[in-house]
Amino acid sequence: MSILVIAEHNNEELQAATANTLTAAKMLAEKTGSEISLLVSGGNCSAVAEAASAIPGIAQVLLADSPALEKQLPENFAPYLVELVKEKAFTYIIAPSTTHGKNILPRAAALLDVAQISDITEIVDADTFIRPIYAGNAMQTLKSSDAIKAMTVRTSAFDPADLTGGSCSVEKLGDAADAGLSRFISEEVVQSDRPELSNARIIVSGGRGMQSGDNFEMLEKVADKLGAAVGASRAAVDAGYVPNDMQVGQTGKIVAPDLYIAVGISGAIQHLAGMKDSKIIVAINKDEDAPIFNVADYGLVADLFDAVPELESQL
Amino acid sequence: MKILVGIKRVVDANIKVRIKADNSAVDVEKLKMVVNPFCEIAIEEALRLKESGVATEVVAVSIGSDSCHEQLRTALALGADRVIHVATDEVVQPLAVAKLFNAVVEKEKPGLVLFGKQSIDGDNNQSGQMLAALSGMAQGTFASEISIEGDEIMVTREVDSGLQKVALKLPAVVTADLRLNEPRYVSLPNLMKAKRKPIESISVAELGIDITPRLSTVTVLNPPERSAGEKVANVAELVEKLKSEGAL
Repeated sequence: MSILVIAEHNNEELQAATANTLTAAKMLAEKTGSEISLLVSGGNCSAVAEAASAIPGIAQVLLADSPALEKQLPENFAPYLVELVKEKAFTYIIAPSTTHGKNILPRAAALLDVAQISDITEIVDADTFIRPIYAGNAMQTLKSSDAIKAMTVRTSAFDPADLTGGSCSVEKLGDAADAGLSRFISEEVVQSDRPELSNARIIVSGGRGMQSGDNFEMLEKVADKLGAAVGASRAAVDAGYVPNDMQVGQTGKIVAPDLYIAVGISGAIQHLAGMKDSKIIVAINKDEDAPIFNVADYGLVADLFDAVPELESQL
Repeated sequence: MKILVGIKRVVDANIKVRIKADNSAVDVEKLKMVVNPFCEIAIEEALRLKESGVATEVVAVSIGSDSCHEQLRTALALGADRVIHVATDEVVQPLAVAKLFNAVVEKEKPGLVLFGKQSIDGDNNQSGQMLAALSGMAQGTFASEISIEGDEIMVTREVDSGLQKVALKLPAVVTADLRLNEPRYVSLPNLMKAKRKPIESISVAELGIDITPRLSTVTVLNPPERSAGEKVANVAELVEKLKSEGAL
């Protein structure tokens, strides 16, 4: 049996999600006696593959460097991935449960005529995996009968693996074809000096209680003092206060920082699904009956417009 | 252009579900069932494309037992022109959903397929991508804005790093994210009228698709409980507690 891990990167460097995914792959490798190969697929991304060859515990890096793969368009990448899996007889394909992993892997799985197991949080054995359903209100243990198992990994459920200290070979793969179905037009990458939500050690999040997008500046000030990322509940995104890439929850990002400070967030099921695995949860809300207090380690019943500036001044 | 919209019957998002005593599944008996919220957004987008003259017909499709007639009637009440029920009492996993839809796509030949990005019960986020794969169509997942331009659809996608814009050749599959639109409400008179409209029904056997699940559920368990901690009196106490825990 052999495992193929799809690396998450931006053609320049590996992204954090890769490290968490590798931990899951290593656990699976141990249980199944498999080797791990890491696929770096993109355009002008050989530096990423070079860096990845220092990852300990993997057998090889496969480099697919091709113009048709540069923007990770699934119409080009999925058939390429399928051919690679067939040719090298991989029995597991693992990707992080990021928007990229979620985009690409189901398309490849369907072409292989296998099911996908989304968002695994635990590996039981070679065929059996645990994943959350109903916004994390239930944990489902699934057994797969497919010969090839495709799965995405919930990155917050696995610690990041070391990315340096090892040495393995890089095998350069052939070019990919352009399927002619899709074209990349543009991207707007959110520029921020703050850490990314998915790997921040501290997150300060705001909900509908913030009342406006402008008021998020209060949270940003606190975040800057703490070196934290700023998140938001779906309600705040829905109300148009902040962009969707800040959304923490069932349908946004799933996070598990050391400290999560929820400000003006009531604690809807779908928000809790995204943050309840945080080590310490703090809730600041003026409604003492807000469900967020049921999961908070420290609850402060207060008007956030008083409490947040005070918090900032005391940091 | 004809638009095919996939809709799924799910437990209302505001209900905290319980697990059956034998740990075999989530107990959905007698709970309020609704159209999956992301599918609602997909219907809304289809209706708007029709209202703006881009689309000519909106066809909603749902897979499941006869109980999903309720959700199909909601789609009719919202303004769908026709609805198709793919009837089965079996468990239908995403790969099988995609195969069934692919068979419907072959019959209906839509110019665009709209799905929700995920259903809020299984949380799989797979069916749209899988349908796109099987039908050889391009896919625009996590869509927050779409526009038809000639023989292409421009899709703005909400990705982890921000926004990505792609042009997809039509027909294509687009899966709706939260901010694509704000769905309208169903009016009671329209719901009453929808009760008299026909529901086309087709069985899985007629479509000739093998829907045998590839994944079997071993158990469904409660997640580890997180209990409420303590209330602090003021910000100073909060900061002190967090410092003593080494969190700050």
